[in-house]
Amino acid sequence: MLEIRDLHASVAGEPILKGLSLTVKPSEVHAIMGPNGSGKSTLANVLAGRDNYEITGGEALFEGKSLAELEPEERAQLGLFLAFQYPVEIPGVSNMEFLKAALEATRAAQGKEEWDSVTLLRKAREACKQVDLDPQFLKRGVNEGFSGGEKKRNEIMQMLLMEPKLALLDETDSGLDIDALQTVAKGVNSLRGPERGIVLVTHYQRLLDYIVPDHVHVLSGGRIVKSGGKELALELEQHGYGWLTGGQDGGNGKEDRTA
Amino acid sequence: MSSQAELDNSELDRVIRSEYEAGFTTLVESDTLPPGLSEDVIRAISAKKGEPEWLLEWRLEAYRNWQTMQEPNWAHVEYPPVDLNAISYYSAPKSMEDRPQSLDEVDPELLETYKKLGIPLHEQEMLAGVAVDAVFDSVSVATTFKSKLAEAGVIFCSISEAVHEHPELVKKYLGSVVPKGDNYFAGLNSAVFTDGSFVYIPKGVRCPMELSTYFRINEANTGQFERTLIVADEGSYVSYLEGCTAPQRDENQLHAAVVELVALPGAEIKYSTVQNWYPGDEDGKGGIYNFVTKRGVAHDNAKISWTQVETGSAITWKYPSVVLRGDNSVGEFYSVALTRHAQQADTGTKMIHLGRNTKSTIVSKGISAGKSSNAYRGLVRMGPRAENARNFTQCDSLLLGDTCGAHTFPYIETKHPSATVEHEATTSKVSDDQLFLCRQRGIDPEKAISMIVNGFCKEVFKELPMEFAVEAGKLLEVSLEGAVG
Repeated sequence: MLEIRDLHASVAGEPILKGLSLTVKPSEVHAIMGPNGSGKSTLANVLAGRDNYEITGGEALFEGKSLAELEPEERAQLGLFLAFQYPVEIPGVSNMEFLKAALEATRAAQGKEEWDSVTLLRKAREACKQVDLDPQFLKRGVNEGFSGGEKKRNEIMQMLLMEPKLALLDETDSGLDIDALQTVAKGVNSLRGPERGIVLVTHYQRLLDYIVPDHVHVLSGGRIVKSGGKELALELEQHGYGWLTGGQDGGNGKEDRTA
Repeated sequence: MSSQAELDNSELDRVIRSEYEAGFTTLVESDTLPPGLSEDVIRAISAKKGEPEWLLEWRLEAYRNWQTMQEPNWAHVEYPPVDLNAISYYSAPKSMEDRPQSLDEVDPELLETYKKLGIPLHEQEMLAGVAVDAVFDSVSVATTFKSKLAEAGVIFCSISEAVHEHPELVKKYLGSVVPKGDNYFAGLNSAVFTDGSFVYIPKGVRCPMELSTYFRINEANTGQFERTLIVADEGSYVSYLEGCTAPQRDENQLHAAVVELVALPGAEIKYSTVQNWYPGDEDGKGGIYNFVTKRGVAHDNAKISWTQVETGSAITWKYPSVVLRGDNSVGEFYSVALTRHAQQADTGTKMIHLGRNTKSTIVSKGISAGKSSNAYRGLVRMGPRAENARNFTQCDSLLLGDTCGAHTFPYIETKHPSATVEHEATTSKVSDDQLFLCRQRGIDPEKAISMIVNGFCKEVFKELPMEFAVEAGKLLEVSLEGAVG
């Protein structure tokens, strides 16, 4: 469903991804790991179509369509979902209102039946429960005054409702305590299924204790330098990134551009 | 206002019918004064309206005083001088023949907006000034409406009618809040006002329904110099709605209205406005100049609340104010002002605290897009007797794009040491991150912007009567179309 070939991309004119290739098939869970500045978050944002993240070479196909040709909302409507590393606040717009607009737009585009308000509310409450979020959060402004952990759980709650074909999770584990991490992992695991691909972008192995990936890739200098099974993550845990990246552990220091 | 459509239609029918019945068509047709302003013109206006001597004298005094005044230039707006001698100060409604004969003759852009706002066809015809043939309803809703008000003792009529039917009230309160020499535009209005609304709520009465100018569409041609006077007697309550979300056809460029509110001890007046006059094209050409004076006086334990949603007019110059004369009186001002294209708005409020324990709240939300300029100008004055007076002001500006401007001019004067004044101001941009979050969830950018802006305005919208609030949201959405990018 996701086919990335020799992808080059730059952020605000600066090249970050330099020939990245990756194939994700339905039912697969891929983990993208790597040191700071290796281009992990850039990959997630390029795929979702954030402004200033530009594909300069190669191609990224989602469901056979070139992502470069599509607006961010069109990618979302095709079933591509990004769980943000730093979810922003939208004051005054209630979570419920936001979800309604998002679901109306995506479900219609995907030819799924429209949910009436009652169904939507019921589903939203269920999703909240799954990630341990008080349903009162549905009435609050999007991420408005949420703690870091609540924001991350809110992202997963949205993902559960939107039932994407491909879910990209950008450092969803960062800033979570162990309980929250388990809750988030439970939510993600419940989405695993034969029709769905999941890409986890993470710096640490600990998320992978709870969401066990089928494939692990190590990103360095804008390219995948090693791929393997779930055991690769454990190796990384033990030896660090240095042995794979030729000592460029610090990478190029461009990691947190999305902040 | 779909649920009111039926009502308005019947009202319209009644009006059209009464025009024929009254047979004043000959008067109507010949009755437009030549352009220009002079004492003779004022005498002619007064005579045509059959006004009593005292009102003519009042007008003339206002006129003589006005001649000594200068047009104010302190507002943060720019426009070419208005030639006041090019305006006709009395023109009767257009005859049926002069009006568009069907919606086919109406500006398609206007119709497009009506469609987006979901206004029923029949209502569109009325708003666009189409000469519709009256279909007589067997039961007129308007009549029911009037009889219900009469039962409660509420007077709601045109100010011309009130001059004849209730001269003692008009004489007592006209100009009592906004004196005829108050400012340049109010002075001009006092000299030449043609019509407007009059409301009186008797002691202890809670007005049984929201009063809306909508019901007085028959006086649509009150035109550019409208005069409104609302008197709420002791312990009474009234909620008044002015305007309409749909843009109305209007050929007058200059509008200088005066609104006076009198809240006697223990009374409460809630005054809501939705203003969507023609803002002009992208360069501001052809838009309406809106120079309005709105003020209320709150006596002991009385409350006056202004809520406004302004999206129209090329230039807006208005400061709905409250004089907190009585002890424990309360003043509120909630405002959303949206400007786009080349629109200029200089708007805000004045809270004049005279009494003890008086309290005022100001929440102003300015949204600027395009090349527009949006200024908040507010005065909070704590008088020497205003013991324990309190004010809270919150002023937020939201910018869309980087060619627009937002300005805040707060004036605070305190003459009593126990008075407290709080002022909070923020300026923000719809951030790329917010927009991207929405788009990543499949929401198109225009819908996203309108959602973000509506969220920004929520505090003000919740002050509007429910039905109005929904419309106001829709209005912002329509007004913001094309504001992205």
